[in-house]
Amino acid sequence: MKRKDILGIADLTRAEINEILSTANVMRDMLDRSEKSSSLRGKNVTTLFYENSTRTRNSFETAAKNLGASTTGISVAASSVQKGESLVDTGKTLDALKTDVIVIRHSVAGSPRLLAGVVKASVINAGDGMNEHPSQALLDGLTAQRHFGNLSGKKVVIVGDIKHSRVARSDVRLFGMLGASVTVCAPYSLLPCGIDGLGCDVSTDFDKSIRGANIVIPLRVQRERIFGAYFSTQEEYHEYYGVTQKRLGLCADDYIVMHPGPINRGSEITGEVADGDKSMILEQVTNGVAVRMAMLDLLINGDNIL
Amino acid sequence: MILLKSATVVNNDGMQQSDVLIEDGIIKLLAQNIDHPDADVIDCEGKLVFPGFIDMHCHLRDPGQTHKEDIQSGSLAAISGGFTTVCCMPNTTPPLDNPAMISYVREKSRLFNNADVFPIGCITCGQKGVELCEYGKMKAAGAIAVSDDGVPVGNGAVMLNALKYAKTFGLPLLSHSEDKSISAGGMVNDGDNATACGLRGIPRSAESAAIARDVLLAEEAGAAIHICHVSTAESVDIIRAAKARGVQVTCETCPHYFAATDDEILSYNTNAKINPPLREQTDVEAIMEGLKDGTIDVIATDHAPHHFDEKNVEFDYAPFGTVGLETAFSLAYTYLVLTDTIKPSDLCRLMSYMPARILGLNDRGRIERGARADIVIIDPDAQFVVDAEQFKSKSKNSLFDGWKLSGKITQVIVKGEIKKL
Repeated sequence: MKRKDILGIADLTRAEINEILSTANVMRDMLDRSEKSSSLRGKNVTTLFYENSTRTRNSFETAAKNLGASTTGISVAASSVQKGESLVDTGKTLDALKTDVIVIRHSVAGSPRLLAGVVKASVINAGDGMNEHPSQALLDGLTAQRHFGNLSGKKVVIVGDIKHSRVARSDVRLFGMLGASVTVCAPYSLLPCGIDGLGCDVSTDFDKSIRGANIVIPLRVQRERIFGAYFSTQEEYHEYYGVTQKRLGLCADDYIVMHPGPINRGSEITGEVADGDKSMILEQVTNGVAVRMAMLDLLINGDNIL
Repeated sequence: MILLKSATVVNNDGMQQSDVLIEDGIIKLLAQNIDHPDADVIDCEGKLVFPGFIDMHCHLRDPGQTHKEDIQSGSLAAISGGFTTVCCMPNTTPPLDNPAMISYVREKSRLFNNADVFPIGCITCGQKGVELCEYGKMKAAGAIAVSDDGVPVGNGAVMLNALKYAKTFGLPLLSHSEDKSISAGGMVNDGDNATACGLRGIPRSAESAAIARDVLLAEEAGAAIHICHVSTAESVDIIRAAKARGVQVTCETCPHYFAATDDEILSYNTNAKINPPLREQTDVEAIMEGLKDGTIDVIATDHAPHHFDEKNVEFDYAPFGTVGLETAFSLAYTYLVLTDTIKPSDLCRLMSYMPARILGLNDRGRIERGARADIVIIDPDAQFVVDAEQFKSKSKNSLFDGWKLSGKITQVIVKGEIKKL
């Protein structure tokens, strides 16, 4: 793969996605054998997170270390950003520190692109506002592929706060490219206008859209991104849009449940489902490390790998 | 004494071939074959000669934000764009909400002898939307209108009284109509492109619902209202219907609402972050229709200078606005006249005649005997590429940097004086 940055699924070609996923499969096998690699020895990966995160940041750091890279974590709360330093200046400083990859998470859409335009280092978008979360979509795709094989014709339902979700936007794009048919489901107040333009069907009736589904992805209601009244009560939300064992009875015979986390038990998903045998939530976490190893390796080592 | 030879003179009601004689800052004579031995002759063969443009809506950032623009640089940028008269909005630091501040702008602008600068006073003290400013005293000090541009008057009762109070003193009220409860947190037009790039949307109703309210308030008050920067198809419809009903409503749009769509935000270009936001192709068409049928009275710039560093940040953190004084005419000429949407005389109506009428500037807005000699000479065949670095404005935040446009300003005359471009 010859590219400097990974900013979103929208920028990637089908061939690049296949390359990342097949490399991630190799990485996953390596993880299962508890092996490490030294392909990024001497390289530095910096995580620059302007938003809180547990799994994504740790996942990238673990991925970098598994490949022999050193890691630097910039915690915005304790950095010069608090003294008024701009993103552009922070990026230039990291560049001068000779980091090879900057993994950025930011609450404002487009920020990774702004950063990528001013630094020599590769930039990976670890989530920008409501725009994209490419590594999440790639790990979702890897998890689904490892379960189903070819995803062509498989039915994906993403249910919940579509409006404020970068995972939804990246997942719709990725699963579409992998040949699956995607439906997003939410009350109208949580559906962004024109979402069908990204290549999905749109529904407000979860009981209808879950019929025959192979992959069910509930999304957390993103309270930190919501100002105003988008729905009534948690109880009513759960009644109409919660993923419950009963509703999953409407799925195809072979189905899985994925969730980008963190989960809110009893809200978008019941504990029973989250802990059940169809839940891929922990599998996703492991695949997340594999996908991020693949992204880092392909960005830094380009087409030398494989 | 200046003599324009072989000019194609453009007025709001048509074009004529004529020579124009200017003396003592006044247009002395329009006639064929004028000869005058003492006059400096400008050969206008093949040129369009417009009355100087009048911008009802710009931001000169003086006082308080002079790293972006000041009265000197802003009035020079105006000249460069063919604007011989500009009205600056009061959202300075502190705001122009009292007679002393109005005098400051008016007096300072006289030092430079560039474009004629008229300050617009605030509707409410500090633009806070609560107490009315001293409209009578501000007018006496030189205010040409009132507006809380950028910060709409949220309280309907305050707006109703402001309209009545402004009518008392004969001051036009320029309304930035926006329902902030609807637009809250939005960055771009709420539509497919906002969804595709994950930016928070500003619903169209944030503008149109507020315009509907303000037009109804003006109707009830029996007062005139001028609606700023109209951008949506619904807004045009509301104003068209109100005009048909006899409401004293006028309105303006800006070049970016007919020359561009929200496709410009797909690259997260912060110079495309403007309020109201760039809209969709159907809106562009509705704006053009409104310009054509007279629903839209004025093309204003909403010239909003911002420093490079202020725009070179994350999209949500960048301030709204594009500079516009130095591209407005050529954009209008390229996108409206050359597309046969309107005639040059319509452009004169939109950029000179109607602004003068709405603002009560009765000495300008037309090329006619006795009028103030504010004149713009255009080479309609010249094409050029916009280079923001060459702008006279202190700020280079132009949405149109690098765009290829037609219709170039070759000479500008202010009150009978030829200005260096």
